[in-house]
Amino acid sequence: MKEDDFLKGFYGLFRAVIGIFALLVLVLGLGWLAYENPDLFKTPPKKVEAELVTEPTIMAEGEFAEGEHKLLVIANCTGCHSGKLVTQNRATREGWTNMIRWMQRTQNLKDLGEDEQKILDYLTENYAPTEQGRRANLEVEEWYDLR
Amino acid sequence: MAKRRDFIKKSTLAAFSTVLGADIVFGDRLMAGYTPVLIEQNTPQALFGKHKEMRTLNDRPWNIEAQAHLLDDKITPADKMFIRNNGIIPKPDKDNWVLTVEGESAGSRKTYTLNDLKSKFKAYTYQLTLECGGNGRSEFNPPAKGNQWTIGAVSCANWTGLRVKDLLADVGMKSDAVYLAYYGADTHLSGDPEKVVISRGVPIEKALEDETLLAYQMNGEDIPIAHGFPLRLVAGGFPASASGKWVNRLSIRNIVHDGPKMTGTAYRVPVKPVAPGTEVPEEDMGIIESMPVKSLVTYPKSGALIQQGQSLDIRGHAWAGQLEVRAVHYSTDFGSTWQQAKLERPKNRLAWQHWSARVNLPAKGYYEIWAKATDSNGKSQPMVVPGWNPKGYLNNACHRIAVKVV
Repeated sequence: MKEDDFLKGFYGLFRAVIGIFALLVLVLGLGWLAYENPDLFKTPPKKVEAELVTEPTIMAEGEFAEGEHKLLVIANCTGCHSGKLVTQNRATREGWTNMIRWMQRTQNLKDLGEDEQKILDYLTENYAPTEQGRRANLEVEEWYDLR
Repeated sequence: MAKRRDFIKKSTLAAFSTVLGADIVFGDRLMAGYTPVLIEQNTPQALFGKHKEMRTLNDRPWNIEAQAHLLDDKITPADKMFIRNNGIIPKPDKDNWVLTVEGESAGSRKTYTLNDLKSKFKAYTYQLTLECGGNGRSEFNPPAKGNQWTIGAVSCANWTGLRVKDLLADVGMKSDAVYLAYYGADTHLSGDPEKVVISRGVPIEKALEDETLLAYQMNGEDIPIAHGFPLRLVAGGFPASASGKWVNRLSIRNIVHDGPKMTGTAYRVPVKPVAPGTEVPEEDMGIIESMPVKSLVTYPKSGALIQQGQSLDIRGHAWAGQLEVRAVHYSTDFGSTWQQAKLERPKNRLAWQHWSARVNLPAKGYYEIWAKATDSNGKSQPMVVPGWNPKGYLNNACHRIAVKVV
Protein backbone atom coordinates (compact mmCIF):
# COMPACT_ATOMS: atom_id res chain seq x y z
CA MET A 1 0.00 0.00 0.00
CA LYS A 2 2.71 2.37 0.95
CA GLU A 3 4.49 1.61 -2.27
CA ASP A 4 1.27 2.29 -4.23
CA ASP A 5 0.85 5.67 -2.55
CA PHE A 6 4.46 6.41 -3.28
CA LEU A 7 4.00 5.45 -6.95
CA LYS A 8 0.79 7.48 -7.22
CA GLY A 9 2.59 10.46 -5.76
CA PHE A 10 5.50 9.92 -8.06
CA TYR A 11 3.32 9.67 -11.14
CA GLY A 12 1.40 12.77 -10.07
CA LEU A 13 4.62 14.70 -9.75
CA PHE A 14 5.85 13.28 -13.03
CA ARG A 15 2.67 14.37 -14.82
CA ALA A 16 2.94 17.84 -13.34
CA VAL A 17 6.54 18.19 -14.45
CA ILE A 18 5.67 16.98 -17.99
CA GLY A 19 2.71 19.38 -18.03
CA ILE A 20 4.81 22.35 -16.98
CA PHE A 21 7.49 21.39 -19.48
CA ALA A 22 4.91 21.15 -22.31
CA LEU A 23 3.52 24.55 -21.34
CA LEU A 24 7.03 25.99 -21.29
CA VAL A 25 7.75 24.61 -24.79
CA LEU A 26 4.46 26.04 -26.04
CA VAL A 27 5.05 29.51 -24.57
CA LEU A 28 8.67 29.70 -25.69
CA GLY A 29 7.72 28.31 -29.11
CA LEU A 30 4.99 30.89 -29.63
CA GLY A 31 7.30 33.60 -28.33
CA TRP A 32 9.99 32.56 -30.81
CA LEU A 33 7.48 32.43 -33.67
CA ALA A 34 6.25 35.91 -32.82
CA TYR A 35 9.82 37.15 -32.63
CA GLU A 36 10.70 35.68 -36.03
CA ASN A 37 7.44 36.78 -37.72
CA PRO A 38 6.42 40.06 -36.14
CA ASP A 39 3.20 40.22 -38.19
CA LEU A 40 2.00 36.72 -37.26
CA PHE A 41 -0.29 37.64 -34.41
CA LYS A 42 -1.38 41.03 -35.63
CA THR A 43 -4.90 41.60 -36.83
CA PRO A 44 -4.81 41.55 -40.62
CA PRO A 45 -4.96 45.07 -42.09
CA LYS A 46 -8.21 46.37 -43.49
CA LYS A 47 -8.94 45.40 -47.07
CA VAL A 48 -7.70 48.33 -49.06
CA GLU A 49 -6.11 46.31 -51.82
CA ALA A 50 -9.43 46.24 -53.57
CA GLU A 51 -8.24 47.48 -56.93
CA LEU A 52 -5.24 45.23 -57.11
CA VAL A 53 -7.86 42.59 -57.69
CA THR A 54 -9.48 45.35 -59.65
CA GLU A 55 -13.12 45.06 -59.15
CA PRO A 56 -15.29 47.74 -60.62
CA THR A 57 -14.94 51.16 -59.13
CA ILE A 58 -18.08 53.18 -59.45
CA MET A 59 -18.16 56.71 -60.66
CA ALA A 60 -20.81 58.62 -58.81
CA GLU A 61 -23.76 59.54 -60.96
CA GLY A 62 -23.10 63.14 -60.06
CA GLU A 63 -19.81 63.16 -61.94
CA PHE A 64 -21.57 62.78 -65.27
CA ALA A 65 -23.22 65.87 -66.70
CA GLU A 66 -26.97 66.09 -66.13
CA GLY A 67 -28.94 65.29 -69.24
CA GLU A 68 -31.35 62.97 -70.93
CA HIS A 69 -30.03 59.37 -71.13
CA LYS A 70 -27.37 60.00 -68.48
CA LEU A 71 -28.16 56.74 -66.65
CA LEU A 72 -28.22 54.83 -69.88
CA VAL A 73 -24.72 56.09 -70.62
CA ILE A 74 -23.49 55.17 -67.13
CA ALA A 75 -24.99 51.70 -67.45
CA ASN A 76 -23.43 51.07 -70.86
CA CYS A 77 -20.08 52.79 -70.51
CA THR A 78 -18.87 51.99 -67.00
CA GLY A 79 -19.09 48.19 -67.17
CA CYS A 80 -15.53 47.89 -68.38
CA HIS A 81 -13.83 51.21 -67.76
CA SER A 82 -14.05 54.16 -65.43
CA GLY A 83 -16.58 56.90 -66.17
CA LYS A 84 -13.63 59.27 -66.06
CA LEU A 85 -12.52 57.93 -69.41
CA VAL A 86 -15.78 59.24 -70.84
CA THR A 87 -15.99 62.56 -69.06
CA GLN A 88 -12.39 63.64 -69.76
CA ASN A 89 -12.91 63.25 -73.52
CA ARG A 90 -14.52 65.65 -76.01
CA ALA A 91 -15.68 64.72 -79.51
CA THR A 92 -18.21 65.33 -82.22
CA ARG A 93 -20.99 62.83 -82.88
CA GLU A 94 -18.78 61.26 -85.51
CA GLY A 95 -15.87 61.12 -83.07
CA TRP A 96 -17.97 59.41 -80.37
CA THR A 97 -19.32 56.98 -82.98
CA ASN A 98 -15.77 56.11 -83.98
CA MET A 99 -14.86 55.43 -80.34
CA ILE A 100 -17.82 53.05 -80.02
CA ARG A 101 -16.82 51.28 -83.26
CA TRP A 102 -13.23 50.99 -82.01
CA MET A 103 -14.40 49.45 -78.74
CA GLN A 104 -16.63 47.05 -80.67
CA ARG A 105 -13.80 46.11 -83.02
CA THR A 106 -11.06 45.65 -80.44
CA GLN A 107 -12.42 45.72 -76.88
CA ASN A 108 -15.35 43.24 -76.85
CA LEU A 109 -18.05 45.95 -76.70
CA LYS A 110 -21.43 44.50 -77.73
CA ASP A 111 -23.87 45.89 -80.28
CA LEU A 112 -25.68 48.70 -78.46
CA GLY A 113 -28.86 48.34 -80.54
CA GLU A 114 -31.43 51.08 -80.18
CA ASP A 115 -29.53 52.55 -77.23
CA GLU A 116 -26.68 53.66 -79.44
CA GLN A 117 -28.44 56.72 -80.82
CA LYS A 118 -29.53 57.81 -77.33
CA ILE A 119 -26.00 57.35 -76.00
CA LEU A 120 -24.65 59.40 -78.89
CA ASP A 121 -27.25 62.11 -78.27
CA TYR A 122 -26.11 62.44 -74.67
CA LEU A 123 -22.39 62.42 -75.44
CA THR A 124 -22.67 64.84 -78.35
CA GLU A 125 -24.77 67.21 -76.28
CA ASN A 126 -22.67 67.14 -73.11
CA TYR A 127 -19.15 66.31 -74.24
CA ALA A 128 -18.66 68.25 -77.44
CA PRO A 129 -15.26 69.68 -78.36
CA THR A 130 -14.50 73.28 -77.48
CA GLU A 131 -12.41 75.47 -79.76
CA GLN A 132 -9.17 75.78 -77.81
CA GLY A 133 -6.85 77.11 -80.50
CA ARG A 134 -3.19 76.20 -80.83
CA ARG A 135 -2.22 77.16 -77.26
CA ALA A 136 -4.49 78.12 -74.36
CA ASN A 137 -3.85 80.74 -71.69
CA LEU A 138 -2.19 79.41 -68.56
CA GLU A 139 -4.58 78.69 -65.74
CA VAL A 140 -3.16 79.30 -62.29
CA GLU A 141 -4.92 77.30 -59.59
CA GLU A 142 -3.58 79.38 -56.75
CA TRP A 143 -1.20 82.32 -56.51
CA TYR A 144 1.23 81.98 -53.61
CA ASP A 145 4.03 84.05 -52.08
CA LEU A 146 7.46 82.74 -52.99
CA ARG A 147 10.20 83.73 -50.57
CA MET B 1 -36.72 54.83 -66.44
CA ALA B 2 -37.53 53.63 -62.92
CA LYS B 3 -36.60 50.09 -63.90
CA ARG B 4 -33.27 51.18 -65.30
CA ARG B 5 -32.44 53.16 -62.17
CA ASP B 6 -33.17 50.06 -60.09
CA PHE B 7 -30.89 48.04 -62.28
CA ILE B 8 -28.08 50.53 -61.94
CA LYS B 9 -28.55 50.78 -58.20
CA LYS B 10 -28.43 47.03 -57.84
CA SER B 11 -25.40 46.61 -60.04
CA THR B 12 -23.67 49.41 -58.17
CA LEU B 13 -24.30 47.70 -54.88
CA ALA B 14 -23.17 44.39 -56.26
CA ALA B 15 -19.96 46.05 -57.33
CA PHE B 16 -19.46 47.66 -53.92
CA SER B 17 -20.01 44.26 -52.35
CA THR B 18 -17.37 42.71 -54.57
CA VAL B 19 -14.90 45.42 -53.71
CA LEU B 20 -15.54 45.15 -50.01
CA GLY B 21 -15.66 41.37 -50.04
CA ALA B 22 -18.92 41.36 -48.15
CA ASP B 23 -22.58 42.00 -48.69
CA ILE B 24 -23.78 45.44 -47.78
CA VAL B 25 -26.47 44.94 -45.24
CA PHE B 26 -29.58 46.98 -45.97
CA GLY B 27 -27.87 48.03 -49.17
CA ASP B 28 -31.25 48.51 -50.78
CA ARG B 29 -31.97 51.25 -48.25
CA LEU B 30 -28.86 53.26 -49.05
CA MET B 31 -29.61 56.73 -50.23
CA ALA B 32 -28.69 57.77 -53.74
CA GLY B 33 -25.21 59.28 -53.84
CA TYR B 34 -24.10 57.52 -50.68
CA THR B 35 -20.70 55.86 -50.95
CA PRO B 36 -19.59 53.30 -48.40
CA VAL B 37 -16.55 54.57 -46.50
CA LEU B 38 -14.17 51.85 -47.66
CA ILE B 39 -14.56 52.87 -51.28
CA GLU B 40 -12.78 56.08 -50.44
CA GLN B 41 -9.68 54.03 -49.72
CA ASN B 42 -9.67 52.91 -53.33
CA THR B 43 -7.40 55.84 -54.11
CA PRO B 44 -3.94 56.00 -55.66
CA GLN B 45 -2.68 57.19 -52.27
CA ALA B 46 -4.06 54.20 -50.36
CA LEU B 47 -3.37 51.64 -53.07
CA PHE B 48 -0.04 52.75 -54.48
CA GLY B 49 1.30 55.28 -51.97
CA LYS B 50 1.08 58.10 -54.50
CA HIS B 51 1.65 61.74 -53.54
CA LYS B 52 -1.57 63.56 -52.66
CA GLU B 53 -1.22 66.03 -55.55
CA MET B 54 -1.00 63.33 -58.23
CA ARG B 55 -3.96 63.65 -60.60
CA THR B 56 -6.18 60.71 -61.42
CA LEU B 57 -7.33 60.78 -65.04
CA ASN B 58 -8.82 57.33 -64.95
CA ASP B 59 -9.31 54.76 -62.20
CA ARG B 60 -10.19 51.73 -64.30
CA PRO B 61 -7.67 51.24 -65.73
CA TRP B 62 -5.41 53.37 -63.50
CA ASN B 63 -4.01 56.43 -65.27
CA ILE B 64 -2.43 59.01 -62.99
CA GLU B 65 -0.16 61.91 -63.78
CA ALA B 66 2.20 64.19 -61.89
CA GLN B 67 2.26 67.99 -62.07
CA ALA B 68 5.37 69.87 -63.13
CA HIS B 69 6.38 70.94 -59.61
CA LEU B 70 6.07 67.36 -58.33
CA LEU B 71 8.80 66.32 -60.77
CA ASP B 72 11.44 68.56 -59.21
CA ASP B 73 13.52 65.61 -57.86
CA LYS B 74 16.54 64.69 -59.97
CA ILE B 75 15.52 61.05 -59.72
CA THR B 76 11.76 60.55 -59.73
CA PRO B 77 10.59 58.80 -56.54
CA ALA B 78 7.84 56.18 -56.83
CA ASP B 79 5.19 58.38 -55.23
CA LYS B 80 5.53 60.99 -58.00
CA MET B 81 5.75 58.64 -60.96
CA PHE B 82 2.87 58.62 -63.43
CA ILE B 83 0.87 55.44 -64.01
CA ARG B 84 -0.38 54.51 -67.45
CA ASN B 85 -2.14 51.17 -67.35
CA ASN B 86 -4.21 49.58 -70.10
CA GLY B 87 -5.73 46.69 -68.18
CA ILE B 88 -6.13 45.27 -64.72
CA ILE B 89 -3.09 45.03 -62.45
CA PRO B 90 -2.16 41.38 -61.81
CA LYS B 91 -1.26 39.85 -58.43
CA PRO B 92 2.19 38.48 -59.18
CA ASP B 93 3.62 35.51 -57.28
CA LYS B 94 7.28 36.45 -56.98
CA ASP B 95 8.46 32.97 -56.00
CA ASN B 96 6.84 31.21 -58.92
CA TRP B 97 7.34 33.88 -61.58
CA VAL B 98 8.62 32.41 -64.83
CA LEU B 99 9.89 34.34 -67.82
CA THR B 100 9.69 32.54 -71.13
CA VAL B 101 11.79 33.69 -74.08
CA GLU B 102 10.77 32.33 -77.45
CA GLY B 103 9.77 33.45 -80.95
CA GLU B 104 10.46 32.71 -84.61
CA SER B 105 13.95 34.19 -84.35
CA ALA B 106 14.87 32.66 -80.99
CA GLY B 107 17.65 30.05 -81.15
CA SER B 108 15.87 28.12 -78.41
CA ARG B 109 12.90 28.42 -76.09
CA LYS B 110 14.10 29.07 -72.57
CA THR B 111 12.51 29.79 -69.22
CA TYR B 112 13.98 31.66 -66.28
CA THR B 113 12.93 32.21 -62.69
CA LEU B 114 13.50 35.60 -61.10
CA ASN B 115 16.40 34.08 -59.24
CA ASP B 116 17.94 32.90 -62.52
CA LEU B 117 17.72 36.40 -63.94
CA LYS B 118 19.30 37.92 -60.84
CA SER B 119 22.06 35.34 -60.38
CA LYS B 120 23.03 34.31 -63.92
CA PHE B 121 23.33 37.79 -65.42
CA LYS B 122 25.30 40.87 -64.47
CA ALA B 123 23.13 43.67 -63.05
CA TYR B 124 23.24 47.21 -64.42
CA THR B 125 21.65 50.41 -63.12
CA TYR B 126 20.67 53.36 -65.32
CA GLN B 127 18.56 56.48 -64.91
CA LEU B 128 16.06 56.14 -67.75
CA THR B 129 13.51 58.66 -68.96
CA LEU B 130 10.09 57.16 -69.59
CA GLU B 131 7.45 59.37 -71.17
CA CYS B 132 4.00 58.30 -72.28
CA GLY B 133 3.54 58.75 -76.04
CA GLY B 134 0.30 60.62 -75.30
CA ASN B 135 1.79 63.07 -72.78
CA GLY B 136 0.36 66.49 -73.67
CA ARG B 137 -2.60 65.04 -75.56
CA SER B 138 -5.07 67.41 -73.88
CA GLU B 139 -3.76 70.33 -75.94
CA PHE B 140 -4.55 68.95 -79.39
CA ASN B 141 -7.31 70.59 -81.36
CA PRO B 142 -9.50 68.93 -82.57
CA PRO B 143 -9.20 66.69 -79.52
CA ALA B 144 -7.92 63.13 -79.67
CA LYS B 145 -9.59 60.32 -77.78
CA GLY B 146 -7.92 58.69 -74.80
CA ASN B 147 -6.54 59.82 -71.49
CA GLN B 148 -6.17 63.58 -71.58
CA TRP B 149 -2.62 63.90 -70.26
CA THR B 150 -1.33 67.41 -69.59
CA ILE B 151 2.42 67.43 -68.85
CA GLY B 152 2.88 64.92 -66.05
CA ALA B 153 3.27 61.56 -67.83
CA VAL B 154 7.06 61.51 -67.63
CA SER B 155 9.59 60.20 -65.12
CA CYS B 156 13.27 59.43 -64.75
CA ALA B 157 14.00 56.78 -62.14
CA ASN B 158 16.91 54.47 -61.44
CA TRP B 159 16.23 51.08 -63.00
CA THR B 160 18.26 47.99 -62.14
CA GLY B 161 18.24 44.71 -64.00
CA LEU B 162 19.99 42.66 -66.62
CA ARG B 163 20.75 43.85 -70.11
CA VAL B 164 18.27 42.47 -72.62
CA LYS B 165 21.17 41.81 -74.97
CA ASP B 166 22.77 39.48 -72.40
CA LEU B 167 19.50 37.58 -72.14
CA LEU B 168 19.12 37.34 -75.91
CA ALA B 169 22.69 36.05 -76.18
CA ASP B 170 21.87 33.34 -73.64
CA VAL B 171 18.76 32.29 -75.59
CA GLY B 172 20.45 32.60 -78.95
CA MET B 173 19.08 34.84 -81.66
CA LYS B 174 18.76 34.09 -85.37
CA SER B 175 20.04 36.61 -87.92
CA ASP B 176 16.51 37.36 -89.20
CA ALA B 177 15.37 38.88 -85.87
CA VAL B 178 13.44 42.14 -86.36
CA TYR B 179 11.58 42.97 -83.17
CA LEU B 180 11.52 42.09 -79.48
CA ALA B 181 7.96 41.81 -78.15
CA TYR B 182 6.76 41.60 -74.55
CA TYR B 183 3.73 39.99 -72.97
CA GLY B 184 2.61 40.82 -69.42
CA ALA B 185 0.36 39.33 -66.76
CA ASP B 186 -2.19 42.15 -66.71
CA THR B 187 -5.74 41.19 -67.70
CA HIS B 188 -8.26 42.77 -70.03
CA LEU B 189 -10.86 45.23 -68.74
CA SER B 190 -13.64 43.27 -70.45
CA GLY B 191 -12.81 40.30 -68.21
CA ASP B 192 -12.05 38.11 -71.24
CA PRO B 193 -9.14 35.93 -70.00
CA GLU B 194 -8.04 35.15 -73.56
CA LYS B 195 -7.62 38.79 -74.52
CA VAL B 196 -4.12 40.29 -74.44
CA VAL B 197 -4.26 43.81 -72.98
CA ILE B 198 -1.21 45.27 -74.67
CA SER B 199 1.81 43.64 -76.26
CA ARG B 200 4.32 46.02 -77.75
CA GLY B 201 8.11 46.06 -77.82
CA VAL B 202 11.11 47.55 -79.59
CA PRO B 203 13.08 47.02 -82.81
CA ILE B 204 15.87 44.54 -82.24
CA GLU B 205 18.54 47.27 -82.56
CA LYS B 206 16.93 49.09 -79.63
CA ALA B 207 16.70 45.85 -77.64
CA LEU B 208 20.46 45.37 -78.07
CA GLU B 209 21.42 48.80 -76.69
CA ASP B 210 23.34 48.74 -73.40
CA GLU B 211 20.61 50.72 -71.60
CA THR B 212 17.71 48.44 -72.56
CA LEU B 213 17.03 46.49 -69.38
CA LEU B 214 14.86 43.74 -68.09
CA ALA B 215 14.51 45.42 -64.71
CA TYR B 216 13.63 43.93 -61.34
CA GLN B 217 14.35 47.01 -59.23
CA MET B 218 13.34 50.66 -59.33
CA ASN B 219 15.19 53.18 -57.18
CA GLY B 220 16.93 50.35 -55.35
CA GLU B 221 13.82 48.47 -54.32
CA ASP B 222 11.45 45.91 -55.82
CA ILE B 223 9.50 47.58 -58.63
CA PRO B 224 6.20 48.91 -57.19
CA ILE B 225 3.19 46.86 -58.27
CA ALA B 226 1.67 49.67 -60.36
CA HIS B 227 4.95 50.02 -62.27
CA GLY B 228 5.42 46.39 -63.24
CA PHE B 229 6.49 44.20 -60.31
CA PRO B 230 8.32 41.86 -60.51
CA LEU B 231 9.75 42.35 -64.00
CA ARG B 232 9.63 45.22 -66.46
CA LEU B 233 11.17 45.79 -69.84
CA VAL B 234 12.68 49.29 -69.71
CA ALA B 235 13.49 50.98 -73.01
CA GLY B 236 14.17 54.64 -72.18
CA GLY B 237 13.71 57.25 -74.90
CA PHE B 238 10.90 55.33 -76.58
CA PRO B 239 7.21 55.85 -75.76
CA ALA B 240 6.82 54.30 -72.28
CA SER B 241 4.33 51.77 -73.69
CA ALA B 242 7.36 49.99 -75.18
CA SER B 243 8.49 49.31 -71.60
CA GLY B 244 6.14 46.44 -70.78
CA LYS B 245 5.12 45.77 -67.18
CA TRP B 246 4.61 42.46 -65.32
CA VAL B 247 6.56 40.77 -68.12
CA ASN B 248 6.32 36.98 -68.25
CA ARG B 249 7.14 36.37 -71.90
CA LEU B 250 9.47 37.87 -74.48
CA SER B 251 9.19 36.94 -78.12
CA ILE B 252 12.01 37.47 -80.65
CA ARG B 253 10.04 38.15 -83.80
CA ASN B 254 11.10 37.90 -87.45
CA ILE B 255 8.51 40.56 -88.35
CA VAL B 256 7.59 43.94 -86.88
CA HIS B 257 5.59 42.80 -83.86
CA ASP B 258 1.83 42.70 -84.44
CA GLY B 259 0.48 42.47 -80.87
CA PRO B 260 -2.40 44.60 -79.52
CA LYS B 261 -1.52 48.34 -79.62
CA MET B 262 1.26 47.79 -82.16
CA THR B 263 -1.02 47.90 -85.18
CA GLY B 264 -3.72 50.18 -86.59
CA THR B 265 -3.36 53.71 -85.23
CA ALA B 266 -2.07 52.91 -81.72
CA TYR B 267 1.22 54.63 -80.87
CA ARG B 268 1.49 55.71 -84.51
CA VAL B 269 1.59 59.12 -86.18
CA PRO B 270 1.10 60.14 -89.83
CA VAL B 271 4.28 59.52 -91.82
CA LYS B 272 3.61 62.79 -93.67
CA PRO B 273 2.29 65.89 -91.86
CA VAL B 274 -1.48 66.41 -92.06
CA ALA B 275 -3.87 69.32 -91.48
CA PRO B 276 -5.71 69.28 -88.10
CA GLY B 277 -8.66 66.91 -88.18
CA THR B 278 -7.57 64.95 -91.23
CA GLU B 279 -8.68 61.33 -91.43
CA VAL B 280 -5.48 59.36 -92.01
CA PRO B 281 -5.59 55.86 -93.51
CA GLU B 282 -3.85 53.22 -91.39
CA GLU B 283 -1.22 52.51 -94.03
CA ASP B 284 -0.06 56.14 -93.76
CA MET B 285 0.60 55.83 -90.02
CA GLY B 286 4.08 54.93 -88.72
CA ILE B 287 5.18 53.52 -85.36
CA ILE B 288 6.61 56.08 -82.92
CA GLU B 289 10.18 55.24 -81.93
CA SER B 290 12.33 57.98 -80.35
CA MET B 291 10.35 60.55 -78.36
CA PRO B 292 10.92 64.22 -79.30
CA VAL B 293 13.01 66.79 -77.40
CA LYS B 294 11.18 68.27 -74.41
CA SER B 295 11.67 70.05 -71.09
CA LEU B 296 9.87 71.04 -67.92
CA VAL B 297 10.12 73.92 -65.45
CA THR B 298 9.86 72.03 -62.16
CA TYR B 299 10.69 75.00 -59.91
CA PRO B 300 9.02 77.24 -59.01
CA LYS B 301 5.47 75.93 -59.09
CA SER B 302 3.34 77.99 -61.48
CA GLY B 303 1.60 80.86 -59.68
CA ALA B 304 4.55 82.31 -57.74
CA LEU B 305 4.24 85.88 -56.43
CA ILE B 306 7.62 87.57 -55.98
CA GLN B 307 8.68 91.01 -54.81
CA GLN B 308 10.13 93.60 -57.13
CA GLY B 309 13.91 93.30 -57.09
CA GLN B 310 13.80 89.71 -55.86
CA SER B 311 15.79 87.44 -58.16
CA LEU B 312 14.18 84.15 -59.06
CA ASP B 313 15.94 80.79 -59.36
CA ILE B 314 14.34 78.52 -61.94
CA ARG B 315 15.16 74.94 -62.80
CA GLY B 316 13.92 71.76 -64.42
CA HIS B 317 14.82 68.83 -66.63
CA ALA B 318 15.19 68.27 -70.37
CA TRP B 319 15.31 65.08 -72.42
CA ALA B 320 15.43 64.14 -76.09
CA GLY B 321 14.28 60.56 -76.68
CA GLN B 322 17.18 58.58 -78.13
CA LEU B 323 19.33 61.73 -78.37
CA GLU B 324 21.00 64.08 -75.90
CA VAL B 325 19.91 67.63 -75.09
CA ARG B 326 22.44 70.16 -76.40
CA ALA B 327 20.96 73.34 -74.90
CA VAL B 328 18.07 74.72 -72.87
CA HIS B 329 16.88 78.30 -73.35
CA TYR B 330 14.28 80.21 -71.40
CA SER B 331 12.20 83.29 -72.14
CA THR B 332 10.51 85.67 -69.72
CA ASP B 333 8.94 87.84 -72.44
CA PHE B 334 6.61 85.44 -74.24
CA GLY B 335 9.27 84.14 -76.61
CA SER B 336 10.61 87.51 -77.87
CA THR B 337 14.07 86.90 -76.46
CA TRP B 338 15.74 83.76 -75.21
CA GLN B 339 18.57 83.23 -72.72
CA GLN B 340 20.65 80.11 -72.33
CA ALA B 341 20.29 78.14 -69.10
CA LYS B 342 23.00 76.15 -67.34
CA LEU B 343 22.67 72.54 -68.49
CA GLU B 344 24.15 69.40 -66.91
CA ARG B 345 25.31 66.39 -68.87
CA PRO B 346 23.10 63.31 -68.46
CA LYS B 347 24.04 60.88 -65.66
CA ASN B 348 24.03 58.21 -68.38
CA ARG B 349 22.65 57.93 -71.90
CA LEU B 350 18.82 58.32 -71.96
CA ALA B 351 18.68 60.02 -68.54
CA TRP B 352 17.02 63.41 -68.38
CA GLN B 353 19.33 66.41 -67.89
CA HIS B 354 18.97 69.12 -65.27
CA TRP B 355 18.95 72.80 -66.19
CA SER B 356 18.86 75.94 -64.06
CA ALA B 357 19.04 79.72 -64.30
CA ARG B 358 18.67 82.87 -62.21
CA VAL B 359 16.11 85.34 -63.51
CA ASN B 360 15.63 89.02 -62.77
CA LEU B 361 12.24 90.34 -63.82
CA PRO B 362 12.41 94.08 -64.56
CA ALA B 363 9.12 95.53 -63.32
CA LYS B 364 5.85 94.72 -61.60
CA GLY B 365 3.47 92.66 -63.69
CA TYR B 366 2.51 89.26 -65.08
CA TYR B 367 5.23 87.10 -66.60
CA GLU B 368 5.45 83.65 -68.07
CA ILE B 369 8.63 81.62 -68.02
CA TRP B 370 8.98 79.40 -71.05
CA ALA B 371 11.59 76.67 -71.41
CA LYS B 372 12.80 75.35 -74.75
CA ALA B 373 15.27 72.50 -75.20
CA THR B 374 17.31 71.70 -78.31
CA ASP B 375 18.52 68.18 -79.12
CA SER B 376 21.88 67.05 -80.48
CA ASN B 377 20.47 67.16 -84.03
CA GLY B 378 19.52 70.83 -83.61
CA LYS B 379 15.76 70.28 -83.28
CA SER B 380 13.96 72.48 -80.72
CA GLN B 381 10.60 72.45 -79.01
CA PRO B 382 7.85 74.44 -80.74
CA MET B 383 6.15 77.26 -78.82
CA VAL B 384 2.69 76.23 -79.99
CA VAL B 385 1.30 72.72 -80.14
CA PRO B 386 3.21 70.75 -82.82
CA GLY B 387 1.79 69.02 -85.88
CA TRP B 388 -1.66 67.58 -85.26
CA ASN B 389 -2.03 63.82 -85.40
CA PRO B 390 -5.18 61.70 -85.04
CA LYS B 391 -4.30 60.07 -81.71
CA GLY B 392 -2.75 63.10 -80.04
CA TYR B 393 0.81 61.89 -79.53
CA LEU B 394 4.16 63.69 -79.19
CA ASN B 395 3.07 67.11 -77.95
CA ASN B 396 6.43 68.64 -77.04
CA ALA B 397 5.36 72.30 -77.04
CA CYS B 398 7.50 74.28 -74.62
CA HIS B 399 6.40 74.28 -71.00
CA ARG B 400 5.23 77.53 -69.43
CA ILE B 401 4.73 78.72 -65.86
CA ALA B 402 3.14 81.94 -64.62
CA VAL B 403 4.86 84.39 -62.23
CA LYS B 404 3.79 87.80 -60.94
CA VAL B 405 6.04 90.53 -59.61
CA VAL B 406 4.07 92.42 -56.95
